[in-house]
Amino acid sequence: MRQLLTAAACLALLGLGGCASQPVQRDGITINDPFEAQNRRVHAFNKGLDARVIGPVAHRLRGSHNDQAAPAPGQPIGPVQMVINTGRNLSLPVKAVNGLLQGKPGNAGQNLTRFAVNSTLGLGGLFDPAAQNFGVTERDTDFGQTLAVWGVPEGAYLELPLLGPSTQRDAAGRVVDLLIDPLYHLTDGRDAAAVFALRVASKAGDRARFSDTVDGILQGSADSYAQTRLIWLMNRRHELGEERAEYDPYDDAAIDPYTD
Amino acid sequence: MPNTIPMTMPRSTPTRIDRRGVLGLLACAGIAVILPWRPAHALDANGAHALIDRSLGEVYQVINSGQPPARMYQDFEAIFARYADVDVIARSALGPAARQAGAAEFAAYKQAFQGYIGRKYGKRFHEFIGSRIEVTGARPLKSFFAVTSVAYLNGRAPMEVEWHVSDRSGRDLYFNIIIEGVNMLASERAEIGAMLARRQGDLAALAADLQQAG
Repeated sequence: MRQLLTAAACLALLGLGGCASQPVQRDGITINDPFEAQNRRVHAFNKGLDARVIGPVAHRLRGSHNDQAAPAPGQPIGPVQMVINTGRNLSLPVKAVNGLLQGKPGNAGQNLTRFAVNSTLGLGGLFDPAAQNFGVTERDTDFGQTLAVWGVPEGAYLELPLLGPSTQRDAAGRVVDLLIDPLYHLTDGRDAAAVFALRVASKAGDRARFSDTVDGILQGSADSYAQTRLIWLMNRRHELGEERAEYDPYDDAAIDPYTD
Repeated sequence: MPNTIPMTMPRSTPTRIDRRGVLGLLACAGIAVILPWRPAHALDANGAHALIDRSLGEVYQVINSGQPPARMYQDFEAIFARYADVDVIARSALGPAARQAGAAEFAAYKQAFQGYIGRKYGKRFHEFIGSRIEVTGARPLKSFFAVTSVAYLNGRAPMEVEWHVSDRSGRDLYFNIIIEGVNMLASERAEIGAMLARRQGDLAALAADLQQAG
């Protein structure tokens, strides 16, 4: 299993260099999508799955608007939030590793402190006393970001089955994240399966929390593939501190109605 | 809206500053009455900051009003029309087709677009119940001002929200909102572009679709 993952990671990384395509400027950002036809097929699959399976389950989990899974601070949290918390807590060790690889020991320390506090005082991560009582919030990161810090180019846009939008760099990062996760090396058998299941459940809980946003984009857009790609790329590049388009419509003669 | 000014003011002289402020206001009012002309208006960081504060104040009033959603969407639309440069946003979303459109045709599209924005973004109002957005600063950028703010939503990490404000229309109005890097003008341009393509470039049909969308 481990050899297989390593081989997959190497393949994905090699793929980064092997792709020659012309990125285009569209809607104010750079889009590099040479696999668009294939991506659109995967998108149609993901969208169908979302409409028929994931969305309905997410709505069920969340209940009505009056019963939001995300409570106001200071109020007791529901089971969905507990699952989200536990899964996220288990993701902290690998985030700490990435913090170190990026040369950001402060972020790594913050994530490790969170992991220590929430695993103990937070009863195995069910609760989040690290943020609520000590103000230690998560420093979200992953190996895709580590690759970006190391100067690896973004590569082509990809839509992955089940996992959704990504890039060649981020897809490689996902595989490496599995390999460098300390929990993956410290657990085996049923423990490892439980860790994995909790992390998947946590993602499902997040999906439930943001179901309106996801539904709005997936089911409410005229071209949901292009809309998802655009929004995801803008947000991801912002997260990584990369390209930021400061569009000025008043400088655009084709748009500005006030030009003399 | 939390105000950061008292924190930075020297504590010993609050009354003097208040009095000076009042005197300044009176003086300005006097000048405005006496002089037949007004000084040329220029947008600055404070003006941009104040515009976003005011518009957010009105949005939160609607969110906390407890009205039925359909009524709220109308109110959001009215706030959008008052504080945003709808003309430039609608034109930018339409892209090059805006140049070819006739005035009446464009006006109908713009009206429909405005309602669509009120519904589309208004539908998210329940995510903002019990939230707050703090305006943190304003800086000049290109031909306009960027107002930065942080949105604190329940159970979510704080989000960076940036507003771009310009006075090129003759009034101080915002023309773009960027939430965690996701830029409203770009995303609406992609969406409206796809809707127009679906109608083979027929602007009137797009306007009719927009009345149902959002």
